Amino acid sequence: MHIEVRNISKTFHGHKAVDNVSFSIERGKLIGLLGPSGGGKSTLLRILAGLETPDSGDIFINGKRVNDVQPQLRGIGFVFQNYALFKHMNVFDNIAFGLTIRKASKAEIKTRVGELLDLTGLRGFEHRYPHQLSGGQRQRVAFARALAPKPDLLLLDEPFAAIDAKVRKELRTWLKQLIGTLGITSIFVTHDQDEAVEVADEMLIVQKGRLEQQGSPVHIYTDPQTAFVAGFIGHSTVVEQPESLRGFGGSSLTAGAKALIRPEFVEVGREREIPFPSAAEKGKVRHIFFRGAHLELDVEVGSNRLSAHRSLDQEPLQPGDEVSVLIHRLYVISDESATIVENPLKVDPLPVHI
Amino acid sequence: MKSSASSKAKPRSILPGFGISLGFTIFYLSVLVIIPLAGIFVKTSGMTPGQFWDTVASARVIASYKISFMTSFFAALINLVFGLLIAWVLVRYRFPGKKLVDSLIDLPFALPTAVAGIALTAIYAPNGWIGSLLEPLGIKVAFTPLGITLALIFIGLPFVVRTVQPVLQDLDNEVEEAAVMLGAFRLRTFRRIILPELIPPLLTGFALAFARGIGEYGSVVFISGNMPMKTEIAPLLIMTKLEQYDYKGATAIAMVMLIISFILLLLINYLQWRSNRRVITE
Amino acid sequence: MAGAVTVHLTEKSAQRPKHINESAGVRIVLISVALLFLVLIVLLPLVSIFTEAFKRGAEVYFAALRDPDAASALKLTLMAAVISVPLNTLFGVAAAWAISKFRFSGKNILITLIDLPFAVSPVISGLVFVLLFGAQGFLGPWLSDHNIQIIFALPGIVLATTFVTFPFVARELIPLMQAQGVQEEEAAASLGAKGWQIFWRVTLPNIKWGLLYGIILCNARAMGEFGAVSVVSGHIRGETNTLPLHIEILYNEYQFSASFAVASLLVMLALVTLVAKSLIEWKTAQKTPKGDG
Repeated sequence: MHIEVRNISKTFHGHKAVDNVSFSIERGKLIGLLGPSGGGKSTLLRILAGLETPDSGDIFINGKRVNDVQPQLRGIGFVFQNYALFKHMNVFDNIAFGLTIRKASKAEIKTRVGELLDLTGLRGFEHRYPHQLSGGQRQRVAFARALAPKPDLLLLDEPFAAIDAKVRKELRTWLKQLIGTLGITSIFVTHDQDEAVEVADEMLIVQKGRLEQQGSPVHIYTDPQTAFVAGFIGHSTVVEQPESLRGFGGSSLTAGAKALIRPEFVEVGREREIPFPSAAEKGKVRHIFFRGAHLELDVEVGSNRLSAHRSLDQEPLQPGDEVSVLIHRLYVISDESATIVENPLKVDPLPVHI
Repeated sequence: MKSSASSKAKPRSILPGFGISLGFTIFYLSVLVIIPLAGIFVKTSGMTPGQFWDTVASARVIASYKISFMTSFFAALINLVFGLLIAWVLVRYRFPGKKLVDSLIDLPFALPTAVAGIALTAIYAPNGWIGSLLEPLGIKVAFTPLGITLALIFIGLPFVVRTVQPVLQDLDNEVEEAAVMLGAFRLRTFRRIILPELIPPLLTGFALAFARGIGEYGSVVFISGNMPMKTEIAPLLIMTKLEQYDYKGATAIAMVMLIISFILLLLINYLQWRSNRRVITE
Repeated sequence: MAGAVTVHLTEKSAQRPKHINESAGVRIVLISVALLFLVLIVLLPLVSIFTEAFKRGAEVYFAALRDPDAASALKLTLMAAVISVPLNTLFGVAAAWAISKFRFSGKNILITLIDLPFAVSPVISGLVFVLLFGAQGFLGPWLSDHNIQIIFALPGIVLATTFVTFPFVARELIPLMQAQGVQEEEAAASLGAKGWQIFWRVTLPNIKWGLLYGIILCNARAMGEFGAVSVVSGHIRGETNTLPLHIEILYNEYQFSASFAVASLLVMLALVTLVAKSLIEWKTAQKTPKGDG
């Protein structure tokens, strides 16, 4: 294991910022540390860097415990949210800073900075000062500066937060490719799940200082382990009384449990459109929202309101239309856990109810 | 930036009072400041270059300029060092009575200069609290250039502290942390990262203290002893010439000082403009 | 060039992680050196004024304050302040309004010119009025023909005081109002507010603390000005002596205790100014919510 974190906790003024977190990361992976704002992601990142000291727990890099190693000596590159560029230094000197500290020779510095200028597409800008650069360019300088001393691990705190939406998309793709090419283990913090899903090889979901789940984006999306993850990832509707939904009334649900239903779990249409009519029930379209590539329907089923998608190619529906609603599956959530439950009627070849 | 460019193109503001407020400003400024100051130039233009030169290049006048410059320079230099230290301590550390100390910094602005002058003299005179301690060591403060420097340190102290303080306060912790993550330890972070950011305000504070020192009168006259050629500052020489009804002489000395002040003022404005320009606008 | 930089010490910045802070030992040394310097340069002079003033007993102290010359000096000092401070306040508001709310060319030159009196030696500030209105001045003959006395009289003292304290209010208001911009005023104007309504209802509430601070600083300097007033006053005891000049005369006559007693009055003025400044800073700090993150 390249990075290993064991039982890390950190409290600020009685507030548990990080609460008994353990995980490990393989070499070369790009990790997305995802969670709501104020959930302890940045603190966790800063603890790894050595910028904060944990109250308890151990951190291992390459099998060596680094708790007592000063941040200067951990060999970690850090990209700050607002880049923290040195305003009085030009791009070249910013990138070269870490090398001059390591007493690299002039020639070495020139070669290494040159490599990074090419890598980050900043060639020609080396004599500019930070205030003469665009947001995206500053971000790339910060990135090049962190990479210059060839760190073992790269940490990025909300690297795209201060960049406008369009440039952000380009940078994400660029960063993912670049980190892939370099093969450097990287952890980036984000509160934007689209960003994490798109960029990360593996995600760590953190909430209220606790690690909720670790896994690949697909794994976390399809198999959320906790109620928080099920609700946080993707779009979903909370259903207070899932037992009233057709197919889920039986013993498959514990009494009083709530459920989360994603729009893609719900099929809505005229009765003939639904593959398992016996597993479907009646509902009424309340609102229709145009979402570009598809329509989003707000459907009333009994006392529950569900959200569903419908293709633009399908027969148009109107608000107020009576429709059939088939719920393929849902997540049953309790305080902690989330379990997926398939609609049992869907697979039953001879349904009892006709 | 875009919005300011577009509103620049707007021909008129909808707000009232532009004509009257600007008109009054310029009128008041002209009557009270510009016209009276112009009097100095008019008066000196009534002198022949030879007369002017004889006045401002006489040994006593040159000596007074020298003393004014030297003492102001060293006072500003000492304020540069201690002003930075005090601003640093006030912004970054916690200690009991910090708020009180912070208020005390402004005392030289609020205290009448004559009061400061007699108080400093009382302490640093040979029979004063500190003067009597220094006397056996052979150090004389009051009635020497050292005393003048001391008074100017008092007068100039707030300039450096108050220009450095806000810049230091706004320095982003992340910038220092970035240096840490690149391997820099404390002293190097200070030298390579923090100090360069503080140089514009330090220079501004230095120039402000220096400019104030050259013109300072009230706090200096009591402690200087006013010996011609030794501890006579230029403003005092103007005063002496006036008392002897030598208006032309006084004006000529004032003229040279005014020109120096203008140059310093321009320099200070340039420094402030330069440091503002470097701020990254998000 | 005013010392009117308002700084708020925030506690946030005082708690620093250890890797970007100095070790405890270094901190203690730095704090000690800074405090020692302040004690020697600022605090001791302040204390010495009171000890010197009471050196010969409370009786001498109060006798010095009751002296009719001291009373007339106090009266003259107050008079000069009462005239010059409102004038400069009016000017400061007008200048700040024109500079901060409108665009025009030459603005930077105007700001530099407003700073001028800070850059000029107080002695020169007095000298310019002697050159204008003195017996040998440009207007001197005309004034003496019409029996008008400016130099060595109250008008001269007021002029010199006004000149010296000229930039204080403007310097305090200009950056404040520039930072506030014109949106609120423009909103008020678009809602139909007229000129003075806009100023009283929108602008003034936003700048009142800055304005007050400027006035207080202006007043402190007006009452304490020495060099400029010294040039134009003529030092006529009981007539054209302000408090600072009275202090000088007593000092030069070796009446040290009396001199320091009168000085202690002005020290009180300075301390009130500092307290007012702290209160205003505290007040404005309360109004602006602190960002924490």
